[in-house]
Amino acid sequence: MVIGAGAVGAAVAFFASREGLRVAVVDRGPIAGGTSSAGEGNILVSDKEPGPELDLALLAQRVWREDLAEHAALWEFEAKGGLVVGATPPAVAALAGLTRRQRAHGVEVTDVTAGELPAHEPYLALELAGGAHYPQDAQVQPMLVVAHLLRLSRSSGATVTTGAEVTGFLRHGDTVTGVRTTRGDIGAAMVVNAAGPWAGAVSELAGAPVPVLPRRGVVLVTQPLPPLVRHKVYAAEYVGDVASSDAALQTSPVVESTPAGTVLIGSSRERVGFDRTIPPEVPATLARKAVALFPRLASALALRTYFGFRPYCPDHLPVIGPDPRAPGLWHACGHEGAGIGLSVATGKLLAQGMTGRDTELDLTPFAPDRFATAPPVP
Amino acid sequence: MRSSDVLTADVAVVGAGPAGLAAAGEAAAAGLDVVVVDAGARPGGQYWRHGPGAEGPAPGTHGRGTFSTLRAGLGRHGVRLVCGHQVWQAGRHDDGFVLRLRPVHDFPHDDAVERVSARRLIVCTGGYDRQLPVPGWDLPGVMAAGGAQALLKEYGTVPGQRVVVAGTGPFLVAVAAGLAEAGARVVAVCEANAPVRGWLRRPLAALGEPAKAVEAVRYAAALARHRVPYRTRTAVTRVHGDDSVRAVDLTALDHDGRPREATRTTVPADLVALGWGFTPSLDLLLTLGAATRLDGDGSLVVRVDDGQRTTVPGLYAAGETTGIAGATQAVREGLLSGLAVTADLGRAGRTGDGVDAGPSRSRRAARLRSGVRRGRRFAEALHAACPVPAGWTAWLAGDTVVCRCEEVPFAAVCHAVRELGAEDPRTVKMLARPGMGMCQGRVCGFATALITRHLTGHPSTAEALSAFGKRPLAAPVTLAELAASDDRTAPRTAPWS
Repeated sequence: MVIGAGAVGAAVAFFASREGLRVAVVDRGPIAGGTSSAGEGNILVSDKEPGPELDLALLAQRVWREDLAEHAALWEFEAKGGLVVGATPPAVAALAGLTRRQRAHGVEVTDVTAGELPAHEPYLALELAGGAHYPQDAQVQPMLVVAHLLRLSRSSGATVTTGAEVTGFLRHGDTVTGVRTTRGDIGAAMVVNAAGPWAGAVSELAGAPVPVLPRRGVVLVTQPLPPLVRHKVYAAEYVGDVASSDAALQTSPVVESTPAGTVLIGSSRERVGFDRTIPPEVPATLARKAVALFPRLASALALRTYFGFRPYCPDHLPVIGPDPRAPGLWHACGHEGAGIGLSVATGKLLAQGMTGRDTELDLTPFAPDRFATAPPVP
Repeated sequence: MRSSDVLTADVAVVGAGPAGLAAAGEAAAAGLDVVVVDAGARPGGQYWRHGPGAEGPAPGTHGRGTFSTLRAGLGRHGVRLVCGHQVWQAGRHDDGFVLRLRPVHDFPHDDAVERVSARRLIVCTGGYDRQLPVPGWDLPGVMAAGGAQALLKEYGTVPGQRVVVAGTGPFLVAVAAGLAEAGARVVAVCEANAPVRGWLRRPLAALGEPAKAVEAVRYAAALARHRVPYRTRTAVTRVHGDDSVRAVDLTALDHDGRPREATRTTVPADLVALGWGFTPSLDLLLTLGAATRLDGDGSLVVRVDDGQRTTVPGLYAAGETTGIAGATQAVREGLLSGLAVTADLGRAGRTGDGVDAGPSRSRRAARLRSGVRRGRRFAEALHAACPVPAGWTAWLAGDTVVCRCEEVPFAAVCHAVRELGAEDPRTVKMLARPGMGMCQGRVCGFATALITRHLTGHPSTAEALSAFGKRPLAAPVTLAELAASDDRTAPRTAPWS
């Protein structure tokens, strides 16, 4: 029983049903109606320091490229590679330090001099100091990922119920035995909390809280353009912004094309709860920074903006695994801005755990009760 | 930024059609400082479109006298008109609203206004033709009925020799009459419903608007004079042609609105004007968070109280955005919103004339409110008599393009629903891309919602339609303009800091 029909819930359903488990997915909204419809579809290794999240990202690389290779075209998997650029020699030196650590950890990355940048991206601004190329970075259309993973799950016997909000948990003592929803009770031996930015609220219902909070992001979309941006291109500052816990608005330019020809421009981070009012300076700032990276974008038309809420934990690591405080409850949430990329690794690990096998990756760093000793800042 | 780039006012009005002109005149007459913004080169909107080389609507245009009166009032009361500008973004700011503007293509950029700030905002953005896809509708020679009429009004040209006008609603008759008077051969007007019969079911509502009856009689007479055949319960079910329209299939519809194949005939034509009612332009209102409802014609419209106030404090809406009901109703609602904004800002009203003090203003407001209610009943009767036929999707083929910008065929929409699990229009858009292109679903949004409803069996909801229709950028804007709109100053350590 999976709560949440987003990328993570769909991946859990896919791998669990492939393992022969009987799976029911519920979501209070439509499929892929939350954060999964509000991102760029990143599958990145470049923005991660060595550590448990990078381990998870490297596992995800194998799952996307090997386990799911036959389905890649369904969700527009594009191995476009990432290009990280620095404007100043200090920024490039810091980036080189990161690439050295990442390389030692198994990431494929090549440092790029200022003179070599045009060979990678001909339309980049000229005054950049250097960068790094990450061939493993890739992109998918996240809504198609969700829809097809759920479709494949259904063909393995899974059910998907939308418009059903979880209102409580069925218990036998401490043990979770199912959920109450607005469309009736559903019994289950295992319940997976994959509710994205709402996972914190779901965990409260289960009496086993995990501190997942929303961090708003806005994406700006241009008209379809002739090929202008080849990679996912972003500024070295992005890595620092991702790891930061600042509540105030942070923006660092992230620019990439999609198969439809549009250019997606991010990224912004704000901790403003679930506020759905976007201040006009956010898209304006994104536009200014994107033009600083790619001057030719100045005359491109912006057609729309969209936004969503990244589900983040105070230590910026996801929550994956069984919850010892409520036997039967499993978590797969808190992936912040990396949820699409990490979804399939999460699903595979959880399916391994739920069928009683050793997981490919040690889940200890992602333990749901790791916050118990250090209560989160509200 | 030059100071003239930024205008400040008590009241900003978006749209200089019937509702906007009435609203602006009323508020300005009470002594309020008013700015009106419109994308057209001159005020009047779609309804009072200016004739070729002439100032004002062509002679014979319905309500031309009202236009002249309203237009003169703007000048007398010092309303500032910003024509040739689109509003691309609306936001709340402190106690009021900020509109960001960009000049339309052929406007001299030296006189461009970038921003309007106002304590109150009245949105009178009207509506546009509602379209339903039909095989071949992407051929040159197929137009929106309103588009054909606009060409006629503005340039005096008819872009075809043999014309078929089809869809539903009395607007078809107006368009056909205009085309026939201008010399085009209108070979058929195809009305999908049998509105006269529907009409008879609500006689009181129809009697409530005698001016409309006069208008209808005039158009009917024009059609009779030009021997234009008027077919009820008939639709254009296919458009034939290679490079442009050559002929159309006309098919009678059964009581469920499904085409009766046996009745299909093919008629040569080189221009097809299609109209299925109108879609209100809600971009600014949705972005500002105004609450909505579904109107009788299936359109998403904004909720207003009896002073045209939306659920957002300080934000008013008048005209088609509150429900498609025509120009007469739009003028009433515009006046009412002007009165309400005056009262809400604590002005005595009509200070210049010194005659229209409180009591008479409240009498006028009461009269207008009862007129608005009458107009609403008339519109409801019209919507009930001229629905989109329930079975219209039967004339779609798998390869019929639903979204022209992104070239999404009907089959792709079916795939998104049947195979991929989409259950609402927004999810269909995300999975199959209708509404993702240049027009952002303004053309295909209504049809996509109806197709989704047809395929899923779930009724459309205001929530689902507003999820599809939310457009934070109300018009495309270059990244350079977008970047320049942020005038906060901050220290920069890198080009993108």
